[in-house]
Amino acid sequence: MLELVLQAFQTLFSPEHFPFLMMGVLLGLVIGVFPGLGGIAGLSLLLPFIYGMDEVSALATLVGLVAVIPTSATFTSVLMGIPGSSSSQATVLDGFALAKKGEASRALAAAFTSSLFGGLFGALILTFFVQIARPMILLFGSAELFMLAIFGLSMVGSLSGKSITKGVIACGLGLVVGSIGAAPATGEYRMVFGIDYLYDGIPLVIIALSIFAFPEISELFRKDSAIAEGAKLSKGGWMNGIKDVIKNKWLALRCSGIGTIVGAIPGMGGSVVDWIAYGHVVQSSKDKSKFGKGDIRGVIAPESANNAKEGGALMPTLLFGIPGSGSMAVFLGGMVLIGIEAGPSMVTKNIDLTYTIIWSLAVANVLGAGLSLFLAGPISQLTKIKFSLLAPFMIMVISFAAFQATKDILDLWVLLVFGILGIFMKRFGWSRPAFLIGFVLATQAESYLNMSVQFYSWKMFMRPGVIIISILTLISIYYSRKGAVDENEELIAKGLKKQLKLQPQIIFAAVIACFTILAMWDSLQQSFLGGVFPIIILAAMIPFLIALFYVYLKNKQERPEIFDAEQVAAAGTFKSPWYEPILWIGGLYIVSMIIGFVPSIILFFVFFFTFKAETSWLKTAILTAAGVILLMTFSHFLNLELPKGLI
Amino acid sequence: MKNKLIQSLLLSLVFFLMYFGYEAYSNAEHTEITGDNGQSIESITADYFKDKNIQWVIPFKEGGGGDTWARFNAPYFTDNIAGNPVILVTNIPGGGSIKGANFFADNVKPDGLMILGTSGTTQMPYLLDDPRVRYDYDNYKPIMAYPTGGVVYTSPTLGIKDASEIKKLLDTPLKYASQGPTSLDIVPMFSFDLLGMDVQAVFGFRGRGAGRLAFERGEVLIDYQTSSAYLKNVVPLVESGEAIPLFSFGALDSNGNLIRDPSFPDLPHFGEVYQELGYDLQGIEWDTWFAFMSAGFGGMKLLLTPKETPDEIVRQLQAGIEKMKLDEKYKKTKVKALGLYEQVTGPAASKIFDLATKVDKEEKEYMKEWLRTKFDLNL
Repeated sequence: MLELVLQAFQTLFSPEHFPFLMMGVLLGLVIGVFPGLGGIAGLSLLLPFIYGMDEVSALATLVGLVAVIPTSATFTSVLMGIPGSSSSQATVLDGFALAKKGEASRALAAAFTSSLFGGLFGALILTFFVQIARPMILLFGSAELFMLAIFGLSMVGSLSGKSITKGVIACGLGLVVGSIGAAPATGEYRMVFGIDYLYDGIPLVIIALSIFAFPEISELFRKDSAIAEGAKLSKGGWMNGIKDVIKNKWLALRCSGIGTIVGAIPGMGGSVVDWIAYGHVVQSSKDKSKFGKGDIRGVIAPESANNAKEGGALMPTLLFGIPGSGSMAVFLGGMVLIGIEAGPSMVTKNIDLTYTIIWSLAVANVLGAGLSLFLAGPISQLTKIKFSLLAPFMIMVISFAAFQATKDILDLWVLLVFGILGIFMKRFGWSRPAFLIGFVLATQAESYLNMSVQFYSWKMFMRPGVIIISILTLISIYYSRKGAVDENEELIAKGLKKQLKLQPQIIFAAVIACFTILAMWDSLQQSFLGGVFPIIILAAMIPFLIALFYVYLKNKQERPEIFDAEQVAAAGTFKSPWYEPILWIGGLYIVSMIIGFVPSIILFFVFFFTFKAETSWLKTAILTAAGVILLMTFSHFLNLELPKGLI
Repeated sequence: MKNKLIQSLLLSLVFFLMYFGYEAYSNAEHTEITGDNGQSIESITADYFKDKNIQWVIPFKEGGGGDTWARFNAPYFTDNIAGNPVILVTNIPGGGSIKGANFFADNVKPDGLMILGTSGTTQMPYLLDDPRVRYDYDNYKPIMAYPTGGVVYTSPTLGIKDASEIKKLLDTPLKYASQGPTSLDIVPMFSFDLLGMDVQAVFGFRGRGAGRLAFERGEVLIDYQTSSAYLKNVVPLVESGEAIPLFSFGALDSNGNLIRDPSFPDLPHFGEVYQELGYDLQGIEWDTWFAFMSAGFGGMKLLLTPKETPDEIVRQLQAGIEKMKLDEKYKKTKVKALGLYEQVTGPAASKIFDLATKVDKEEKEYMKEWLRTKFDLNL
């Protein structure tokens, strides 16, 4: 084996192959920076080149691309609070909080060092296990996968904030929203209300952007300060970031392990790995008080897991031809195009190619993290820019990213609707991670439950794998209640000194309750197998909703259920009313529907800069030109669609 | 305030002029024909596709079978079609391919600059009159067709060696990992039912790969894979004694008759197995099976353009495809990327197209009734 590994290493570093790996890495970094694009867009750009290449060069390019996307996706997660890829959602929580404190470069450096560590760890595991992984992967049947989904849901305990009532409702809401569309067990359509768009469910990219990025953008918009509010950018932050990882090396190691395992299990999907890692770090830490408010460990955990995940995900991809994650699907497609067949032969007659892939993965991670680390310092300066200059760019980017999800104009409106949900969840202290975890795991929990009941009936609980995961889940639940993360902890303390008006909170909770009733009504129309899952979830939500309304109506101000960031915030924090960002963005979308996206972006930029940022006409012209050129260049080279208007 | 408004409007106007000017300029480079049949035929020169883009709509996700098919072909199309048009593969996944095909139906012009690649998955909801379908195969004609096949295999734990012993299986309750009742799985599930097997479908699997994994885990004991997936991933299992092939769905010869699949000449096709159990290859059950098998596998991949597209345009495309098939590099990589079957054009493509998309009302109704009684599905 060692000989093969060394041989692969040698081939890779030969002058005829190395430049291709480098090309893949550079492309991956550029594309990864744009949220929502990921490997798919990269592949379409790479394909024309791949044809002329030999197998090794083509593989090196593909792996280089796929490996570094989670690395550079970190930039927007940390700097702007925009989840850069589906596996860097959890990074936003502490990464963005650090950026707001002026420690963006430290957070980025820690993230990249962890990515490097995770990526290398994944490659290392792959080297030793690839030949014996087949039977291990087959141990995970549908019953085990169902229990893993439940394990994932148990992370909600740590992430639900001070009020477990609202945390559970948020998670239930996520599960119900996640079950919109075709029922896995029967194929019948739930809660689609005759809208074609909803048949496939709401895309995760849009939910992640709307629940996390949208409220942050809206808040910054209203505060109109720089992202790193008054804070000074710490000098030499990036050295500290590297030191942080070294200090927490065991944490990085554990989370890399989690990432590799979750990645290796086909059917788990990469979008939950960062949450499991994040939940793990919260549960295993003694001092939990800083999580969600800028704890560097909250960056290290998800970032080491999400790069390790790619190594793990290569196992089912290579051994079974079944992609372990979204980017692996693209990688698999690329392999087919260069004529390499994934399957059992990858560990027999094509083992040399497998080692080439593994080493490309390792080297790509080193290159990607190195380059990103290099850029971390200068790019952190972005957080000093006055937000009104940055806002149009960020709004353009999230709209563009959302539209790439299904290329339907409704993508934008769904972004707006869930963005408003996100704004209020943030304002009233409802856990957004809980909602997202529920959303991500909904389909998985339901379809594997249905399968395991049919395959094993009650005997599924006798399977050793299920018993082990159940025990892990119980441990996770036990630890989770020993202290939960709440981003609003300081504000809650402040709020206790005030009598809060409850009307806005009650209206929001009532809207949630109405949705619950509507969803229940819809689920009761379905056949038994098609409706049973949402009915169980909704029924479980009802007692919590009752408890919530009890607290509201009895006006128990000391309870953590009662919270309103708007009323607690110091006077003058917000310079414009809550609906103003919504009107600007909604206006952009309405105009897009009429005249198309590019012309309305022009209008948006010009008017925003002139009236909100009050820049001179020259500056407005330059910034607008920059935005439009950026948009058109990207969509041109990646052959991406933009919303077309009616005319 | 007023000054700002005027300033903004002026600035916007300047940008608009630049943007629309750029758009107009880049459109002028690709002069489009009006698309009205007849009058523009003379204007279609030998270099019609020069400096043009062809948008190839794929109603599937990136990385899947349909996507790979298009992306594999795209560069060869560019090289071999006269004028070297750039092929832009546009993925519009959703609703089991209905969304992308609807998009094509709503936006296509008969100018050969937008083409649609459909698959068995796209044909099924059309044939079953799904109300969401807005595309109509009657309005299209084929540029290219690509058939495939499928093989049903079982676990050795069932104790049979080949299809001749299938009688022993009839009383064993089996489970089958399925993507859903209106997917391509309709063909194997209907096949099991015709043979009188007791197979219960478990839905919710995402893709055939997930079904194969369930087979390898021992959760299901019977499964099917399309030809290329079978060759790659099941043949090694057969060789190590972990899977027993039963039958293929067969293939269609140039007259549209069912024959043994040339990729698996040693394996009986479904018709042989059906006959051996004492059934005749006629009657509504058989006709329905044949119709849906042709739609799902015989016409697995179709490349379409509107019926009104001038013949000269289709001829240029087809000539390019035939030229591509002689390309040495294409010949070398094609088998690995797509499988053993040949991509066909001309009359052969039309024959496959007809078989795959024209199903009699009677057979449609029979299938719908079957879905109703079997899965309680109202279509």
